[in-house]
Amino acid sequence: MSERFQDIRERLGIPRLIIIGFVLLLFVTAYATGMSIGPLVSASLVRIGMNGILVLAMVPTITAGVGLNFGLSVGILCGLVGSLISMELRIRGFSGFFAAILFSMPLAVVAGWAYAKLLNKVKGQEMMVGTYVGFSMVALMCIFWLAAPFSSPEMVWAYGGQGLRYTLTLDNYFGKVLNNFLLVSIGQWEFPLGLFGFFGLLCLLVHLFFRTKLGMAVKAAGANPRFAEASGIDPDRTRTMGVIMSTVLGAIGIIVYAQSYGFLQLYMAPQMMGFPAIAAILIGGANLRDARIPHVLLGTALFQTLLTIALPVTSRVIEGDISEVARLIISNGMILYALTRRDGREVA
Amino acid sequence: MKTQGAVLPRQRGIDISLLKKNAVPLLFAALCILGVMVSGMDPSFLLYEIITRFSRNSFLVLALLIPVSAGLGLNFAITIGAMAGQIAIVTITHYQIKGLNGLLWAMALSVPLAVAMGYLAGMVMNRAKGREMITSMILGFFANGLYQLLFLFLVGTVIPMKNRAMMLPEGVGLRNTVDLYGVARALDKLWRINIGGIWIPMGTLLVVALLCVVLQYFMRTRLGQEMRAVGQDRHIAEVAGIDVDRIRIIAMIFSTVLAAWGQLIFLQNISTLNTYNSHEQVGTFAVAALLVGGATATRASIWQALVGLLLFHTLFVVSPQAGQALFGIPQIGEYFRVFVAYGVIAVALALHSWQSRSK
Amino acid sequence: MAHALEMRGITKSYFGNTVLKSVDIAVNPGEIHALVGENGAGKSTLMNILFGMPVIHDTGGFEGEILVDGQTVNIESPMDAMNLGIGMVHQEFMLLPGFTVTENIKLNRELGRPNIVSRILGKKFELLDKEQMGKDSRQALDKLGVDIDEWLPVAGLPVGYMQFVEIAREIDKSRMKILVFDEPTAVLTEAEADLFLNAVRRLAESGLAILFISHRLDEVVGVAHDVTVLRDGEVVGHLPGQEARVDRIAELMVGRKVDRPSLPPREKEPSDDDLILEISSLSVDMPGERLAGLDLKVRRGEILGIGGLAGHGKVGIANGIMGLYPSSGIVYKDGRELPLNNPKAALSQGIAFVSEDRRGVGLLLDESIENNIAFTSAQVQDRFLRKRLPWTSLQVRDNEAIRQYALETIKELDIRCQGPEQPVRRLSGGNQQKVCLARALALSPEVLFASEPTRGIDVGAKSLVLDLLVKFNREFGMTVVITSSELAELRMVCDRIAIVYQGRLIGILSPDASDVEYGLMMAGKKRAEVS
Repeated sequence: MSERFQDIRERLGIPRLIIIGFVLLLFVTAYATGMSIGPLVSASLVRIGMNGILVLAMVPTITAGVGLNFGLSVGILCGLVGSLISMELRIRGFSGFFAAILFSMPLAVVAGWAYAKLLNKVKGQEMMVGTYVGFSMVALMCIFWLAAPFSSPEMVWAYGGQGLRYTLTLDNYFGKVLNNFLLVSIGQWEFPLGLFGFFGLLCLLVHLFFRTKLGMAVKAAGANPRFAEASGIDPDRTRTMGVIMSTVLGAIGIIVYAQSYGFLQLYMAPQMMGFPAIAAILIGGANLRDARIPHVLLGTALFQTLLTIALPVTSRVIEGDISEVARLIISNGMILYALTRRDGREVA
Repeated sequence: MKTQGAVLPRQRGIDISLLKKNAVPLLFAALCILGVMVSGMDPSFLLYEIITRFSRNSFLVLALLIPVSAGLGLNFAITIGAMAGQIAIVTITHYQIKGLNGLLWAMALSVPLAVAMGYLAGMVMNRAKGREMITSMILGFFANGLYQLLFLFLVGTVIPMKNRAMMLPEGVGLRNTVDLYGVARALDKLWRINIGGIWIPMGTLLVVALLCVVLQYFMRTRLGQEMRAVGQDRHIAEVAGIDVDRIRIIAMIFSTVLAAWGQLIFLQNISTLNTYNSHEQVGTFAVAALLVGGATATRASIWQALVGLLLFHTLFVVSPQAGQALFGIPQIGEYFRVFVAYGVIAVALALHSWQSRSK
Repeated sequence: MAHALEMRGITKSYFGNTVLKSVDIAVNPGEIHALVGENGAGKSTLMNILFGMPVIHDTGGFEGEILVDGQTVNIESPMDAMNLGIGMVHQEFMLLPGFTVTENIKLNRELGRPNIVSRILGKKFELLDKEQMGKDSRQALDKLGVDIDEWLPVAGLPVGYMQFVEIAREIDKSRMKILVFDEPTAVLTEAEADLFLNAVRRLAESGLAILFISHRLDEVVGVAHDVTVLRDGEVVGHLPGQEARVDRIAELMVGRKVDRPSLPPREKEPSDDDLILEISSLSVDMPGERLAGLDLKVRRGEILGIGGLAGHGKVGIANGIMGLYPSSGIVYKDGRELPLNNPKAALSQGIAFVSEDRRGVGLLLDESIENNIAFTSAQVQDRFLRKRLPWTSLQVRDNEAIRQYALETIKELDIRCQGPEQPVRRLSGGNQQKVCLARALALSPEVLFASEPTRGIDVGAKSLVLDLLVKFNREFGMTVVITSSELAELRMVCDRIAIVYQGRLIGILSPDASDVEYGLMMAGKKRAEVS
């Protein structure tokens, strides 16, 4: 028994066990206080589907040896611009959703390429530089939101003020299109099959990519650049590939997130959006060198479930909204744990 | 007998690349002058603002110097020190200890807190060698979570505290803003002089000057020398018998204590505590100010800190007005200064890693 | 008179692998004692023991005793060694570039002046006594006879002077009696080395006992009063200074005549009429193994050995041709010029490489055996891919083909493992090397460069690896170029052995040539000069 526990502990790691325990505790509390589990689970599923792609965006950079993509906001900003163009052109429904992705794609490729060029010059400090490149891009784009030539009355301030609104509603555009697509309801349980299908498709594509010749090269150069070089691969090129992929996924990720949330959040909102994604993949079992699809799935599921049910459940026991504080502690605690783990040290 | 030794010329003296060396502060000086001209602000108001901001922020920026010299890079975790200071000031406000007396009590009280937190932070840094900066930043975020847990949920429940003026109506958790009327401007008011209609807080400036002297002294002591050695090369310092991990922890403790005091000086000037926000940007703004002065993650001097402070805060004051004047949108200036703060950090870090790799 | 330092019967093993066997060495005051030996002969282990490095205690200590001034001593830490007056000048400089000469000399031994603050807060808060520190440093530098300004920052000093600062630091320590130099001239220019050797002589004359570890044999002969030669952890020779000659020492270092096993015959013997590689004036900028204009012809179908002492550039040849380090010169493969600095070009021209840095360059440690074997071939030759899409980059790997090939190769090369999916990190050194060979084999190369193929693997596995190389050569007609520090193994399997000295080819010997001939050539003397 104790040996088996030891084995589980080693495979999952203490922090992951704590989080799993915490989630279980929340469910038990919910049950004990007489809440119905169905809506809780359904809400969690939506949250998993809407956040999953942002978490998935961490896989290419980690695999390519660049580490956690703290500059995910670069991709997110591209996604936002793509969405705005789609809205400005009044493309509605599913076409609007795909148009947003289509418009953001070239932006994300170019931005990812430039971002990768920079990261290749600062090997060993990618995370720190990435963070502040992300932050400063967010600030720079704030000026863009203020000055950009968008004219749709639903997007700009109605009176006073200049430029785009802080929060744009997607109701008349592509809000919830994916959430409501193939939504299966059984009693109080709801399964957003469309949302999950899209997330699953992207997971599959990423998985397949790492089985191609190019994907294998990216992976090998990430694990051991000198080995890759001896096999005729240019590690800078494969790192660039990884960063571009991550940026593109970040753009798609925010569009999926926004359609589910129903709003587009501009200005300083994207600044910290990369952090929960980083935390989630680490919770799923990834580290600074190794990240795979199962880590994405497990991590997103655990973290988002925790965040979703923490508020309704704890509010029955404690006054006030502890979920925001819990998010801060858990996500940053998890990143801190990953940064200070001995085995991760080889990266630097 | 100096038969076979070749004589090397003494190479100290004038540096022709002085301009290049100070490119960053010069660039920002130009930007500031431009901003001042464009904004068309009243010079005496501008001067007053800059002096006030300079006096209340300098301690926090100076708190960054020791970790830089010990090779820990830019200590984004001074937010932890700021939290220690805030815990102390909440405590003395609760017990209604007022005036300079209250401020001194808060400073004394923040020391054990900051030492303990700095010690823990140092231990974390020692486990994250080679990526101290990102770790210090995340550590700051993490500590912020614990801080919020403390003041939102533990105060009034686990920690008995009853004070209508400070607490949320439910009796649990601190209000978003706490009025620090007790210690308001306690230090600033100690000795002020009026030059041409501008009040100059001499007391505060004197304390800052004193800190500069102490820092100068410190860097010339044995301990300071060891810190500089560790900062240049951990491995060589270790071979020479220096306890590298210990030195790094000491550096973090000093920095955290100075940050705690710095935050107290900041708060007595502001006179209101934004319980959940006052500390958040402390790290970013202090680091940005230091870098604007021309410092890097491995080299930072007192002068760079002071010059950086002046430039950064000048820019901070004039940006909205300049944005208004240039584009008719004051927010552009506001976002521009945020962009400058983050951008200067990004560029400085990139340059730093670039240089350290090409060596 | 008691020896200043004596080490008696030192025996040390790491995990059952004996690296030092009953080594005796003694140094008198005023004497320069040279310790020479190839890489892996046990010099550094001996020094680690002398300085009480933690790595020794952590691996079960050692046998034998150490005497200082005739007294048995117990050295458990570098601090103990320092207190006994034993100092070390490191191969790599332990200097802080941003500090001045004085600050470096006095590092962690700073002089302070007490004041009020330090009386309250402790010694650490004393202000530094820069004046006295400078005076002490001046004195130490004068002792060495060098005229460096003690207040200059180290960063701008020429390399040779940095070495002097290192030495000055050691002699500034009071009661310094024994000074160890570890490869002190490796980074110096010739003029600097002369200056340096003079300083060493001066120090010996002042009564210090000096232990001098070096590869540069001519230098050793010039300066040493006594020479001890280590090989495979044993003392194989002890020569008084006047008897020490370069060729004699080199012979002792690399010697060990072995019987050449009978190798399978060939249909046609390789000859200069049919060359596969022509290398002319190849220079490679590989740190520690620089090549400076090497000319070499490789015959089709031969096994060519490349020997030479460490640091002379033998490892640089393969690394240069494969494009792993910046190189210049001209290389012809089958009469066509091969582009340099381009790994892909070399690989696709049918040249494969097994790196000397197995774990660093040779393997993806956390990947499976099969992935390691198939990787390079898939990248370079588009093998093991499912050709469903027209763009090769996006073709997906063919797991079945990979598995099948891996299983065959595992069998053929006798790789001992749990199966093709086992991560290579968990394999023994010998089996890891076989995976490297399998990866090269998957490319079906015409030329195979194997750098130090037997380094760091146990004795039994060594001959298996060599057998495989012979098999590749005889059965697949592969031209094999083996670089090795172990001359004995080159002489066992090679047709010819090229010796590299100071970045150039100095000559080619037959495997049957005498030890003396090898010794001389590795020490830089051509055959003509001998007779």
